[in-house]
Order: sequence, then C-alpha cells, then structure tokens
Amino acid sequence: MTTNDEAIEIKNALKVYKGDTDVYALNDVSLMIKKNEFFTLLGPSGCGKTTLLRLIAGFEHPTSGTILLNKEDISLLPPNKRPVNTVFQNYALFPHMTVGGNIAFGLEMLGWSKSEVASAVDEMLELVKMQDLKNRRPAEISGGQQQRVALARALAPKPQVLLLDEPLSALDLKLRKQMQIELKRLQSETGITFVFVTHDQEEALTMSDRIAVMNEGKILQYGNPRDIYHHPENKFVANFIGDSNFLLADIQNGNAVLTDGTELKLSKENKQVSNGQKSILIRPEHVQMSKAKGSKKAFEGKISNIVYFGTDTHFHLELKTGDDFTIRKQNTPNEGTDFEIGAVVELTIDENAIQILND
Amino acid sequence: MTMNSNLSSSESAKKAAEVERLSQKKDVRNRWLLSLPALAIIFFAAAGPLLIVILYSFLTPGDYTGVIWTFTTETWISVVLERDFFDETLGWADAHLSIFWRSIRLSLITTILTAIFGIPTAYFIATRSPKSRNIWLFLITIPFWSNLLVRTYAIQELIRNKGVINNFLQWIGLTNEPIEMMFTDFAVGFGMTYVYLPLMVLPVYASIEKLDFKLVEGAYDLYASRWQCLRRIIVPLVRPGLIAGSILVFIPCLGAYVTPQILGGGNQLMFGNLIALQFGQGKNWPLGAALSLTLMVIVMIALVYFVKVSSGENKKNG
Repeated sequence: MTTNDEAIEIKNALKVYKGDTDVYALNDVSLMIKKNEFFTLLGPSGCGKTTLLRLIAGFEHPTSGTILLNKEDISLLPPNKRPVNTVFQNYALFPHMTVGGNIAFGLEMLGWSKSEVASAVDEMLELVKMQDLKNRRPAEISGGQQQRVALARALAPKPQVLLLDEPLSALDLKLRKQMQIELKRLQSETGITFVFVTHDQEEALTMSDRIAVMNEGKILQYGNPRDIYHHPENKFVANFIGDSNFLLADIQNGNAVLTDGTELKLSKENKQVSNGQKSILIRPEHVQMSKAKGSKKAFEGKISNIVYFGTDTHFHLELKTGDDFTIRKQNTPNEGTDFEIGAVVELTIDENAIQILND
Repeated sequence: MTMNSNLSSSESAKKAAEVERLSQKKDVRNRWLLSLPALAIIFFAAAGPLLIVILYSFLTPGDYTGVIWTFTTETWISVVLERDFFDETLGWADAHLSIFWRSIRLSLITTILTAIFGIPTAYFIATRSPKSRNIWLFLITIPFWSNLLVRTYAIQELIRNKGVINNFLQWIGLTNEPIEMMFTDFAVGFGMTYVYLPLMVLPVYASIEKLDFKLVEGAYDLYASRWQCLRRIIVPLVRPGLIAGSILVFIPCLGAYVTPQILGGGNQLMFGNLIALQFGQGKNWPLGAALSLTLMVIVMIALVYFVKVSSGENKKNG
C-alpha cells in the first residue's frame, strides 16, 4: 500500500447521515486508486458509490476517516481547492454559456490568461471532436454532444483525477457503446486517473482496469475485472456481476458433495478450504452438456426450458437435488436441436469452474 | 395497384391539407372569439379612459372643478416649466421637478432595498425542504391579508416621535430627543420597502427554485469561489426573476399614493400625491391628466430599459 503510484487513498471513510435512524452511507471504506488507472465503483443504487465520489470531489466531507490525494490529506478541502474535476450524471452544463464558454469556465477561474484559455478550449474541442459547435448553447446540442462537452469541460484544467458519476446512463444503447470506447481513448490519451461510477456491470467489466463492488455502504471486493468475475468472494458479488448458479454443498476433503450425494471435484486452491456447508458458484457458460449415459454417480439434470438468444442458447435444468440450474451454450452453424425439453443430460464441469463462496 | 395507391395517397394528402387549412382558419376565428371579452375589457377599461385622459390634458381647467372645452397646450408646458407671475418668462418648474426626481430616486432606492432584503430571503426559502417552503411562502404572503392603510399606520406607530422605536431608544438611554423619522424620505422609503418586499421575493424565489443546484456544484468543482459562483452562475440564471421583481416593485413605487401620503406627510410628495392634488385641492384636472400621462411615459421608459437589460445580458453571454 505504500508504493509511489497511488493517486487516491481512502482510509476508513465513514459517512453518516443523522436522522431518526442514522444512515450509514459509507461504512468504514478503505480503498487505493492507482495513478493512470480506470477505476470503477460498481453497485446498485443506494450502495454508497456516489457518496464516495462526492467525498473525493469535496461536495461532502467524511464523518470520520481520511482521503489522501498524492499522499496529501484533502478530506476537508472545499471542491474548488482540489485538483479533481467531475463529470456529472446530467452533465450540469451552464445553460447561459456557450459550449466554448463552458469549457473555458474552469480555466478562467484558475486565472489563466485569455490566450491560454482560448488555445486550451480549442485543444479540448478537438479532443472531443466538437470544433464546429463551439458557439452553440447546451440546449441546442444533442445528449451525446452534451456529454462530450461535459467531458471536455472537466478535462480542460488537467485535473489529477477525473470523477465520472454515471455519465452514460442518459444515453441510448448505441451511443453508450460509442462513448465507452471514447472514454477509454480519452483516458489513455490524457493519462489522467478516471474514477467511474456505474450500476451497469457490463460497462464496468469492459472499461475498467480495476473494479470495486459496493453494497450497503461497504466495499465487498475489489480487483481487476477477471478476478471479480471468476473469483467472486460472496454471493452478492457473484450475482451482481454475470449470471450465476448457486448450489449448496458439503465440502469434504477436496470434494463438494451436493445434497443428493453427487460429488464434484475441486481445484487445488479450493482443497485448502475447511470442511463444512458452503455455497458454491458455477457460471452457466462453464458447463458442458452431453446425453446422459445413466451412470448413478453422474451429475445430471432434466431440461425444463430452452431459450434461444442468437449467439447462444440458455438451457434451464432441474437437478436431481431439486435446484434450478442454467447452462449457456454457444451456438454453431452445424448444430441441430440435440437437446430437447424433457431430456436428461449429463453435466461436465471443469474443477476450476467451481468457486466456493464465503457466505 | 401501386399506381392506384399512389394516386389515392396523394389525393388523401391533398384532402388532409385542406382539412388542416380549414381547421386552422376555424382555429384563428375561435381564438378571436375567445379573446373578445378580454379585448372588450381592455378597450373600455384601459384604452377608452386613456383617450379621455389625453383629451383632458389639452383642455382648460374650469374655475372650480372640471374642464372648459377650449384647446390649450399651456398645461403641458406647466408640467416641467413655470411661467413667471410678473413678466411671463419661462423657468423650470422646480416644485414639479423635485417631486419627479424624488419619486424616481425613492423608487430606485426601494427597488434596490427590496432586492437586498429579498434575494437572501428567496434563497433561504428555495433551499428549504419542499414542505417547509410552502410554510415560508405562506408567511411571506400574510401581509397581503390586511389592508395597505392598516399596515401603513402600523409603520407610523413604529417610527413616529412617540412611537415604539423612539420610546425604546429613549428608554435604554441611547438618545434623549426622539429621532425624527416621520415625514422624511426615510419614512417613505422604509414604508415602501416593507410594502413591496413580497413582490420582489416571490419572482426571485420562483427563479431560484428552478435553479439546478448541480450547476452550483459544477462551478465549485471548476475552481470557482463562492463569490465567482454567485456572480457567474447564480445571478445570470436568477436574473429573469430579479428583473420581474424589479418591475413589480419599481413601477407601483413610482405611482405610490398611500404610503407617501401617510408617512411623508405634505412635505414628501411623490408623483401619485401630486396627481391626486390636481384633481382635488388644486382643481386643475388638465394638469392632473398631463401629469398622469407623464408618469406613464416614465414607466414606459423604465419598462423598455428593464427589457433591454434582460435581453442584452443574454446576448453578452452568447
């Protein structure tokens, strides 16, 4: 934790809103964000991710705990004294100023000279490809264009950290995909640390260097997208990111024994896990299906429903344990309809595909 | 088949256009019909009387009251100029001019004072929770429930020589002699500020309430100080409300009658009192009519100025 490449470090941040019952918006959150990183705070609404962002921006101050920016305590600095800028959810563009005026605002406030401001504004307009719309008002441009202006405005003062509060949520799907790529490009071109808040797991997985999954004012897990997807620590994280099959299992000497007695082999890492009742996670795409051979020990299920998705097909099964189980199978051009509703199939699972959860 | 459908579609388009045109025509007719009552009121209650006032300002005053039907421009000259009693030379009508100037000056001061007191009040109300906002707005409108005369006499009770304020000051020993407040410009300005304050608060409140506070956060985030944020973001966005409030305060102030009459006494006449005087004791109806029209012109100039300020500022920021 004491390397030189950290941009932001949050230590035991607590944010309590006093009321009839105190609300713990942030409950003892500690976090380290590296320089030049695309860091995402992911969680359902009300999980505290926006509060955390506002704490970094300075709109709110922590009830206790510290926020360090480049090892300097900024916990109590007002927003205008922090080299941190925000892209707001609804952009918060100044309606009485032009696009150019909006981008220039922060630079003027920093006391840049007129010529410096003018050249920086042109540079930013070029960066977000909006040169033609410099003299338009925010009300006269589209949502996607407003988004670009908001980005340019926040990037113009060259902040050390750029905070993005669900900036893509107001855009339609196609535009959102386009802006995701655009954001990644801007981040690598400017080399600025991005802290991105979203409730969209796919957005988080595709864009981030690292993700922190939050719920109820706490960070449940943080790491790179692969780790979070393949090795979620608990049910909430597994459920929030991707589709999941949860099964109850009794861990016995390196095997997971299901409630109907079926034994599943565990990987070497998982062999360390102590014996006892645990939840295990199996991702739907990590399971192979074949026709049942009728052996008693086999892991089997009966197909109860088939949903065709184009790129893949989802098979809903009922296991012998009585649990529902989903398998996702990628479609190929040569495949027929091998598996039909009502058929009993045997399931093969790679030992690495089984993840033991902590709760 | 295609031909047919094309034909019929172009025909139906024509038909639709025709229906549209007719309905629009009917619409326009309906609109005129609907606005007829309002137009009638405007004609009989505003335009008609105005014409009579204009007519009267060019007639000769009667001996006791009313007018004699002889055309003259003498009245209009006497609005700003004065004929010397002995040698008939023209000089400035100082009495009138000082009243004009006092009216404009006091109205301006009142407008500025209501803005100074009104903007923070409006800001305070607009930043409360929606529930308590209604209570505050309700409190602001309470003074409207009682008659203007009653309220003005209440102020008199506060500021007269043996009134509440002077009694209190003498009681705590701050002053031996009562401070003369009645029948001064201060009394009139104070009274008008009190009376017209809600007319400033309400429109300013309306525009602050519409203000997106995310914009204020955005400005802070972009390194603006509190003062810069106020000047560059809040004031420009609240300006329409401020201008509406200024119009609502400044214009009735110019023609105020009751407040200067009671609090200013005979010394501190304003426009409204001067006009009333001509129709009453002065027995000079044409002069009263001419003064009324002069007041209207001043109001028009003020309105045009306000409108210019509001649209001009918009352009500047563009």
